[in-house]
Amino acid sequence: MATAPNPATTGVEAGTPLRMYRQMIAIRLFEERVNDLYTRALMPGLAHLYIGEEAVAVGICEALRADDYITSTHRGHGHCLAKGAAPHLMFAELLGKEAGYCKGKGGSMHIADPATGNLGANAIVGGGAALATGAAYASKVLGQGRVAVCFFGEGALGQGVLYESMNLAQLWKLPVIYACENNLYNEYTHYSETTAGDPVARPAAFGLPAETVDGQDVRAVHAAASRMVERARRGDGPGFLLLNTYRFRGHHVGDIAREYYRPKHEEQHWMAERDPVALHAAWLVSEGLADQAMLDRIEKEVAAEMDAAVEFAQNAPYPDPQRVDEDVYA
Amino acid sequence: MPDTVATGPGPAPSGTALRELTFGEAIREALAEEMRRDPRVVLLGEDVAEAGTPFKVVKGLVEEFGKDRVVDTPISEAGFTGLAVGAAMTGLRPIVDIMFGDFLALIMDQVVNQAAKIHYMSGGKWKVPMVIRATMGATRRSAAQHSQSLHAWPSHVPGLKVAIPSTPYDAKGLLKAAIRDDNPIVFFEDKISYAKVKGPVPDEDYVIPLGVADIKREGRDITLVATSSMVQVALGAAAMLEEIGINAEVVDPRTTWPLDEKTLIESVRKTSRCIVVDEGYYRYGITGEIASVIAEGAFYDLDGPVRRIGARHVPVPFSPPLEDATVPTERDLFTMARQMCNK
Ligand SMILES: Cc1ncc(C[n+]2csc(CCOP(=O)(O)OP(=O)(O)O)c2C)c(N)n1
Repeated sequence: MATAPNPATTGVEAGTPLRMYRQMIAIRLFEERVNDLYTRALMPGLAHLYIGEEAVAVGICEALRADDYITSTHRGHGHCLAKGAAPHLMFAELLGKEAGYCKGKGGSMHIADPATGNLGANAIVGGGAALATGAAYASKVLGQGRVAVCFFGEGALGQGVLYESMNLAQLWKLPVIYACENNLYNEYTHYSETTAGDPVARPAAFGLPAETVDGQDVRAVHAAASRMVERARRGDGPGFLLLNTYRFRGHHVGDIAREYYRPKHEEQHWMAERDPVALHAAWLVSEGLADQAMLDRIEKEVAAEMDAAVEFAQNAPYPDPQRVDEDVYA
Repeated sequence: MPDTVATGPGPAPSGTALRELTFGEAIREALAEEMRRDPRVVLLGEDVAEAGTPFKVVKGLVEEFGKDRVVDTPISEAGFTGLAVGAAMTGLRPIVDIMFGDFLALIMDQVVNQAAKIHYMSGGKWKVPMVIRATMGATRRSAAQHSQSLHAWPSHVPGLKVAIPSTPYDAKGLLKAAIRDDNPIVFFEDKISYAKVKGPVPDEDYVIPLGVADIKREGRDITLVATSSMVQVALGAAAMLEEIGINAEVVDPRTTWPLDEKTLIESVRKTSRCIVVDEGYYRYGITGEIASVIAEGAFYDLDGPVRRIGARHVPVPFSPPLEDATVPTERDLFTMARQMCNK
């Protein structure tokens, strides 16, 4: 079996602006390689890219402890990476290899990793809402002080289980944060055509504090998430973050002709003016926290890590079909 | 495998031109014709309007019938399915689109505790004329929550009818019958068949009654009862068997309820051997029910036990070599049939 590359270390500390830059660029470069593998027909199944939404996962996960929990979605690569997953084991999973996080049984939409508190990506819209709430309940009962974050797209606002979960969480003061990533579209339909009323009026109805945050501003996301996490850890109960963001690419990699539901000029505006990685890079330079050379060095280092991770995954063997019956039961 | 698979002609009315349509095109035609015929027919589901669903099967309907009758819903399967039940009771004939059959799990209360029972509980006073269209089928590398074939679930519940067509001809005729039926019907469409299976479909209006099986290939030596995508697999196996001198009959029940027990039993009384193949789970599933119907009805003519092949009893794995090990293949059927015929 190929050997695992070491995750790159750039000497930047958790929660710092430079570290957040590194994490965002890691997601961006990871997803670009997913796009490449997929379009070259080297990756089976479906690929939902997180490009454009990096500041959400990074800003939130940088506010979490290693032993805190997350639940993720079909668009989950960014959440997994931000919570600390190793790219080579993710790529191996995406390619259906034995070395992958789930031995190839889960794939892109089901990456799970107990070691980083990742309860799993989920291909059922809203599928993580009750699970994250349950993890928060367990943390409370067991006195662990862990917080659970439930990532979901605004499409999940249509699912009743989300509201049942928020009600339970508030009744029982559970340490869970519902992180709604509003990228404006449920698949091929604008969210305004599927969502009545104000998204943040929903948590308000259950008495959950809610903050609306610019999801392209990693520092704003981190600050808001830190407040919510601290509050939840103190025992003051659940919270809700509405993160306004945008997916730069199609709903999945094959969603190319999309002008019938999403105008090109809108995409161009977000990509040119609201790119979370570029915005944060510019801020780091303007604050004197980094210069371009340093950012370039980080990017180069991460790119090398990602290339090695892809190579690892491509060289890794497929699972033996005999193992198909394993893992059905514990 | 070829890109498309041709299916034999259905029993088309004589003297009419037959066009070749894909499975998906036949479904779209059935929907369009029924919506034209009956203004009470409406289509509800996620991304059914401009997008025409991710499979593009209903593309073009919104342009013809408008947004009041081809309705994009929120991602609220339980809600819009239950709404369709209420609308069906009160004058509409809704068709609900469940993008992936796996999401049946989200609507089961509305289907099982509401739609299926309302006619009976009301002493026959309320009717629920609706169709739930759901996809099924693995091997698209879509993993455990987007690949299941769950048609056994609704088949288990009194009050529901379940159609599971295998050819464009059958899909169109059965869907039209389902839309005109006064009961809740769950209609399963194999995702791979949408573009891959092609076959002749007559121009003019026809319906195929629910509960009538179809013999897809006549034979003497063994009956292969097959549903949905497994019909193509059974036909492939039958061709392989022919080469070693085994003449297999392929029977497609077309609906799991009502079930055409008579045709199934008669076929096996003739051939004296039977394998039932279905893409749903092997345990507690369609194959078990059909095998037991045949075992009872053809007992004195059977040479041996009715055998069956279904999906492996595991959640559908993502990795291609694993997933491929979960679905019945031509080779599996061939090997089993050959053994049963002692060849
Ligand atoms: C319960 C359920 N219904 C439908 C789908 C099909 N589906 C997959 S992604 C998606 C849109 C999700 O939109 P959103 O939650 O906003 O997430 P985004 O894709 O925008 O990140 C839909 C309808 C699903 N996976 N699960």
